[in-house]
Amino acid sequence: MMSGMKHYKETADYINKMYNRQSQLDESLADQMRESEKIADATSQWRLMWRKFKRNRIAVVGGIVVLLFYLVALFGDFIAPYTLEQRMTRYSYLPPQRVYFFAGGRFQPHVYALETGRDPITLQRTYVPNPDKRIPIRFFVEGAPYKLFGLIPARRHLFGVEEGIISLFGTDGQGRDMFSRIIKGSQISLTIGLVGVALSLLIGAVLGVASGYYGGWVDNVVQRLIEIVRSFPPIPLWMALTAALPQHWSPLLIYFTITVILSLIGWTWLARQLRGKVLALREEDFIMAARLAGASDRWIIFKHLIPATFSHIIVISTLSMPSMILAESSLSFLGLGLRPPLTSWGVLLQQAQNTQVLLLYPWLMLPGVFVALSILAFNFMGDGLRDAADPYTV
Amino acid sequence: MLSYIVKRVLGMIPAILIISFITFVVIQLPPGDFVTSVQAQVAASGGGMDAATVEALRARYGLDQPMIVQYWRWIRGFPKGDFGFSLEWNAPVWDVIAERMGWTLLLSGLALVFMWVVSIPIGIYSARNQYSLGDNLFSFLGFLGLSIPDFMLALIWLVFGTLVLGIPAYGLFSPEMVDAPWSMAKFLDLLKHLWAPVVIMGVIGTAELIRIMRGSMLEVLNQQYITTARAKGLPERTVINKYAVRMAINPLISVLGMQVPKMISSSIIVGLVLSIPTIGPVFLRSLISQDMYLAGSILLFTSVLLLISNLLADLALAWVDPRIRYE
Amino acid sequence: MCVACCIIDDHEKGETRMTGDNTILEVKNLTKHFPIYRGFLRRIVGNVQALNDVSFSVAKNETLGIVGESGCGKTTLIRVMMRAYEPTSGEMLFNQNGEMINIYSLNKRELKELRRHMQIIFQDPLSSLNPRKTVLEIIGEPLLIHGVARGQELKSRVSELLDMVGLSVKHLERYPNAFSGGQRQRIAIARALALQPQIVLCDEPVSALDVSIQAQIVNLLQDLQKELGLTYLFISHDLSVVEHISNRVAVMYLGSFVELAPSAELYRNPKHPYTEALLSATPIIDPDARRKRIILPGELPDPSNPPSGCKFHTRCNYAEEVCRTTVPAWEEVSPGHWTSCHLAKTLSLRGVLK
Repeated sequence: MMSGMKHYKETADYINKMYNRQSQLDESLADQMRESEKIADATSQWRLMWRKFKRNRIAVVGGIVVLLFYLVALFGDFIAPYTLEQRMTRYSYLPPQRVYFFAGGRFQPHVYALETGRDPITLQRTYVPNPDKRIPIRFFVEGAPYKLFGLIPARRHLFGVEEGIISLFGTDGQGRDMFSRIIKGSQISLTIGLVGVALSLLIGAVLGVASGYYGGWVDNVVQRLIEIVRSFPPIPLWMALTAALPQHWSPLLIYFTITVILSLIGWTWLARQLRGKVLALREEDFIMAARLAGASDRWIIFKHLIPATFSHIIVISTLSMPSMILAESSLSFLGLGLRPPLTSWGVLLQQAQNTQVLLLYPWLMLPGVFVALSILAFNFMGDGLRDAADPYTV
Repeated sequence: MLSYIVKRVLGMIPAILIISFITFVVIQLPPGDFVTSVQAQVAASGGGMDAATVEALRARYGLDQPMIVQYWRWIRGFPKGDFGFSLEWNAPVWDVIAERMGWTLLLSGLALVFMWVVSIPIGIYSARNQYSLGDNLFSFLGFLGLSIPDFMLALIWLVFGTLVLGIPAYGLFSPEMVDAPWSMAKFLDLLKHLWAPVVIMGVIGTAELIRIMRGSMLEVLNQQYITTARAKGLPERTVINKYAVRMAINPLISVLGMQVPKMISSSIIVGLVLSIPTIGPVFLRSLISQDMYLAGSILLFTSVLLLISNLLADLALAWVDPRIRYE
Repeated sequence: MCVACCIIDDHEKGETRMTGDNTILEVKNLTKHFPIYRGFLRRIVGNVQALNDVSFSVAKNETLGIVGESGCGKTTLIRVMMRAYEPTSGEMLFNQNGEMINIYSLNKRELKELRRHMQIIFQDPLSSLNPRKTVLEIIGEPLLIHGVARGQELKSRVSELLDMVGLSVKHLERYPNAFSGGQRQRIAIARALALQPQIVLCDEPVSALDVSIQAQIVNLLQDLQKELGLTYLFISHDLSVVEHISNRVAVMYLGSFVELAPSAELYRNPKHPYTEALLSATPIIDPDARRKRIILPGELPDPSNPPSGCKFHTRCNYAEEVCRTTVPAWEEVSPGHWTSCHLAKTLSLRGVLK
């Protein structure tokens, strides 16, 4: 074998000489082509994708918003001035406060102190801001203790007040700060989507690739399974499944079961998409070439099929995030999903389910705005990714 | 064609059996049964039930039987239109849900009509004026519509309608009309209440359909036969309406089957938020109280509705698109 | 039915040698039928007879050309030979160190080992090169799979291979989209040669290329053959390319061989009416040549329902009664010249070479 290789090398010079002229011609053509297309050497798929994605402004904005959401969720305990369950009973159902940034021409953010009272007729609490008494907003103040990332004990919060209350989004009936609760809620709402997508990705990718690649009975079984799952409308099925969760389960167990239930339907879409892609790829000659070179199924799946479908997997995951977030908040809103102490945006919205309460205190709807914002951002980003996904087919 | 329909309808029977079995298993999943939840209610109001009463109740409702027997008792009535007995309502399941199914179908149907009526013209406009101001505006609105959850829209409408417009934005009838006999006034009152939930349910679907219609229209407009039609000197209106739209509408029909389950899901949630007697509120209550035949039947009905709508969509597509053959 | 011995027409020496142990590959009665399923129960209602009782053998260092219209079974033949499809019946013997091994009796591991000696070049280099891999990864893949080389050694091996096919080391990190069609096919050739195979199956390797590039690739293949002692099975629908590169040429029609002969002999003196018709359609650059193009009547029959007797009789201008009823035998009409035609001895057909 080794001598054969040497033999090859010896002949190489000779052949090289022979083909110099021809390859020069060949080369100059290719060079022209390259220049006209302005594709540099070694342009990888990812670079092409990134370049195309960058040109789509709205998608980039969506991506930045998504990134910001996750950053805020990550540092949520620090950014929120209060903790999740911190009650300021004197200030129940406080409407969002107005923040003033300048005092006497100087930058000095502050809120007004509140005079509390009671409406003599409805007996509701009333809050009257007192413009003469300014409460300055302080940065990096000491506040309620928390654990950053659930690990590092800390007391400093990004901002806060030393007396009275600062409540950007108002408070709920128990005097809990909605701003802090929404930030804490984002930790669950945004991760449940991630975990759910990861799970459906795992099931969907394995079954989708397997059914596309192996075909035959594997394909048949997977397709029938998808048809059965798909024959239920999602919300009623989710409702029935989540209603079955025992009351006494631990929050963590509930959290994971809900992600499993959500991915129970999510994977079917992914599997269908990947199957189609793999079916098309399977007929490509380079797959045949690899097989004829002696590649095993595993080699072909992991070295050729998965990399080739990777961009699609990313696009599909991004585009499934909104439906995950939406499903979780819908279920929790109905009282069937997560329940306290787990707090997601949907759980926060439960308070808005009562029409009378909602009409009196409409700011309780604010968590829903964040649901919509995060879905919007994911949709924009996913749309941009989809357009950029396959630089070779365009 | 007829034999194709018969074949498809017959094919639905095993599908319904499988679905009904899975439904039953899912509904049986929670620990305990209806009697347990009755017990909990009684206990919550300070009372108590002795063991004999509990057992008697179980025996009366057949809850002491093995699951497969209970399942059989449920499905054997299907051909006669008997879907079991609602323990909580103390009435046959069908009587409990018939009217609510009606409202659900009406709302879903109207929402589908709304989606089509709005999205097709917008899709055509957007495709013919690609990247124009209007196109960009519609696609932004579409994204917005795609991103706002239906329950959120319902909540916003509730607050906006009540606080800003000063009209009761919930229910199907004004309080004084609920028990009134049918009259023109009651019908008008219904219409006044009906349009908002229909629009809310239709928003997400409309956004999707606009995108599909726009994309498919763009593709069709690039086809050579459109160029040929124009080159022949056909008026633009004929080219668009008779040639392009007829083809471009096919993908819309093929997603029709997928829109129906979304409408049902949406009608449940919107019904809950806006206190509209769709199957939503009953379904939620039956799940919580473990009223299994009621919950199971509702889940089954929604699935069957999905099967039927898929069949109808396939038939519509075959009818519209002569290239499709039924084998 | 099979070719008992191997006959080579050596262009240079102009003599015919008969060798026994010089055979590298022997195909015996290879048949491949694709079942047609229909109906609810997916019953088999018929077979597409893509490959019917094909027998031939290939000698070391020769090039066997196979020609035929599209749909005649050329690609199926290659795929069955590479064992991408399992044959319905028949065997293929491969000479491994003097021992003839039937590749259809090998298990997965043995097959992987054998495939080192038998490689393939595909028609469309765009499809046969993974657009997401660099040249290094593409050419290096067979070496990695067989554990021949890795890391730095892999790089130098691949560089040698690139050199050999007339590309340069600076191309190593580029992706296929940065190359022209001809260069891509060179990459594909380098990959096929990576494991130092003895025989290379070329499935229309130049058909997808620009005519100006075709000659370069054909010449490259010929030179590599000379230098490395390769054996080629060269499939094409282009008779002039096949004539240029092949020592012997086989003509396929509807899944069967109809004629097999040393190439000069076949082009000069065809014995099968189908060969004659094919040849009459080949363009030749000769202002004096006045040829009448033979137009075959009718269409290619349905391979799931082939005609009785001689499969070609429905389109043959010379067909007689016997052709409709009896399947012609695969016979050697003159040394090394095989054909299956009842009238081979009586007809005098026109070739293209003088």
